[in-house]
Amino acid sequence: MEALININKLNLFYGAFHALKDVSLTIPEKAITAFIGPSGCGKSTLLRTLNRMNDMIPGTRIEGGIAIGGTEIYSNEVDVETLRKKVGMVFQQPNPFPKSIYDNVAYGPRLHGITSKRELDEIVETSLKSAVLWEEVKDHLKRSAFGLSGGQQQRLCIARALAVNPNILLMDEATSALDPISTLKIEELAQELKDKYTIVMVTHNMHQAARVSNQTVFFLNGEVIEYSDTEKLFSNPTDQRTEDYISGRFG
Amino acid sequence: MNIFQDANRKQIANRRKTDWYLHILFVIATSIGVLALCALIVDILVDGIARLQPDLFTNFPSRKADGSGMKSALVGTIYMLLIMAPISFIFGVGAAIYLEEYAKKGRITRIIQLNISTLAGVPSIVYGILGLTLFVRLLSLDRSLIAGALTMTLLVLPIIIVSAQEAIRAVPKSRRDASFALGATKWQTVYRSVMPSALPGVLTGVILAMSRAIGETAPLVMIGALTYVAFLPDGLKDSFTVIPIQVYNWLSKPQLEFKELAASGIIVLLALLLLMNFSAILLRNKYQKNV
Repeated sequence: MEALININKLNLFYGAFHALKDVSLTIPEKAITAFIGPSGCGKSTLLRTLNRMNDMIPGTRIEGGIAIGGTEIYSNEVDVETLRKKVGMVFQQPNPFPKSIYDNVAYGPRLHGITSKRELDEIVETSLKSAVLWEEVKDHLKRSAFGLSGGQQQRLCIARALAVNPNILLMDEATSALDPISTLKIEELAQELKDKYTIVMVTHNMHQAARVSNQTVFFLNGEVIEYSDTEKLFSNPTDQRTEDYISGRFG
Repeated sequence: MNIFQDANRKQIANRRKTDWYLHILFVIATSIGVLALCALIVDILVDGIARLQPDLFTNFPSRKADGSGMKSALVGTIYMLLIMAPISFIFGVGAAIYLEEYAKKGRITRIIQLNISTLAGVPSIVYGILGLTLFVRLLSLDRSLIAGALTMTLLVLPIIIVSAQEAIRAVPKSRRDASFALGATKWQTVYRSVMPSALPGVLTGVILAMSRAIGETAPLVMIGALTYVAFLPDGLKDSFTVIPIQVYNWLSKPQLEFKELAASGIIVLLALLLLMNFSAILLRNKYQKNV
């Protein structure tokens, strides 16, 4: 598998707090990579550097580099708007806009200048189909997104992210606010999507990482402790701390 | 075994008594406000209802109470609202968007914020002095409709900024995140995501500020809105009067008939106020349903 994201000696500071320490990782394309670790270990922070959502937090400072497909994303080579178009994100809490289902999915394409009704209709349909929501909502696209269940809302947010045609999809604990059945649906969806997209997910749930991902990265106190194929990491970890964590001795 | 036997019934009776006395005190406190409003309304209705006739709206004020009306004052108030509303909306909401979405949260922003909150509490006559110096004299707008409207705009701006900021701040951060994560710029996020959610709250604030402005007399007296105007303003630079000034004018006359006219003027003003506050409440309810 080809590497799509290259993280090279990345250090990140929130003011005086050293949140990520010398993180180096290569993330392969068209696979699911899971970040696991206890709260505050830096896994979400790292995820948010990949689409530069940390830029908005005052006092954040970054050293080192992240290249996606060979382009340094913290350089002038790429605008942050373009980066976020190519690197979509799904958040912990489903966060649809207080608009119709249609307008939620069309929000992104409209930002980037698509106005033709026909084109938007097509994007909305394909995105909702990719997020396996189309059959449930196709007859009431004009209804408010707030009428959907939590799981449906989260799939709507995935459809919304897919609508701007990204290469990478970041999932920041995207199932932690959902019930087990909705969670399962999102996990199945992630499995389908990895044929076309590179998925990086942060999860609190080790079983989820074990079920869904191809690679797993274990973080502790801002450092990468272990990074390997998911099967190997969970069955035969090399680091004692990884073993302690996955066997539930802390975290 | 009686598990209730160690209860100190006397102490509980005392606690309940205190509770009851305070209950009564609070009811009285509430009633005073309500009774005062009722007394005001009844008093004014008794005095003014007889004069509340078409003449009041169609006639200009005259030296004789009979057939005297407040057409120029009513039109003056409405014109002033029409000028103030768009100007104060643009500047007030613009400032609120800047402070909430664009400005870096630092010392300077905090100082600006403190200034605006202070300005919201400055007595209105001070704005009158400012308007007199700035608009009437410096920009030589004279004692005109536009000078009055601009002075009132200054008066309501801080109120609008503060309430618009609150409405904007109430929009959950997750909606901004969702927009930014799709590649939106700041303005796109403000325009497409934040403002649609904040707008009902913002408009409520604007309407309440407007309803404060139509009752204000002092600043307009200061810049010299005329008390006796027997014509409709013909342009922005024409002289004008407004309802509270007309009421003030009528009250200062010795004849009883003019006192009655003043009462009917107050009824019209109160009706206008109620109408505006009611529409603000309607907007707020719509807002609550939407969140």
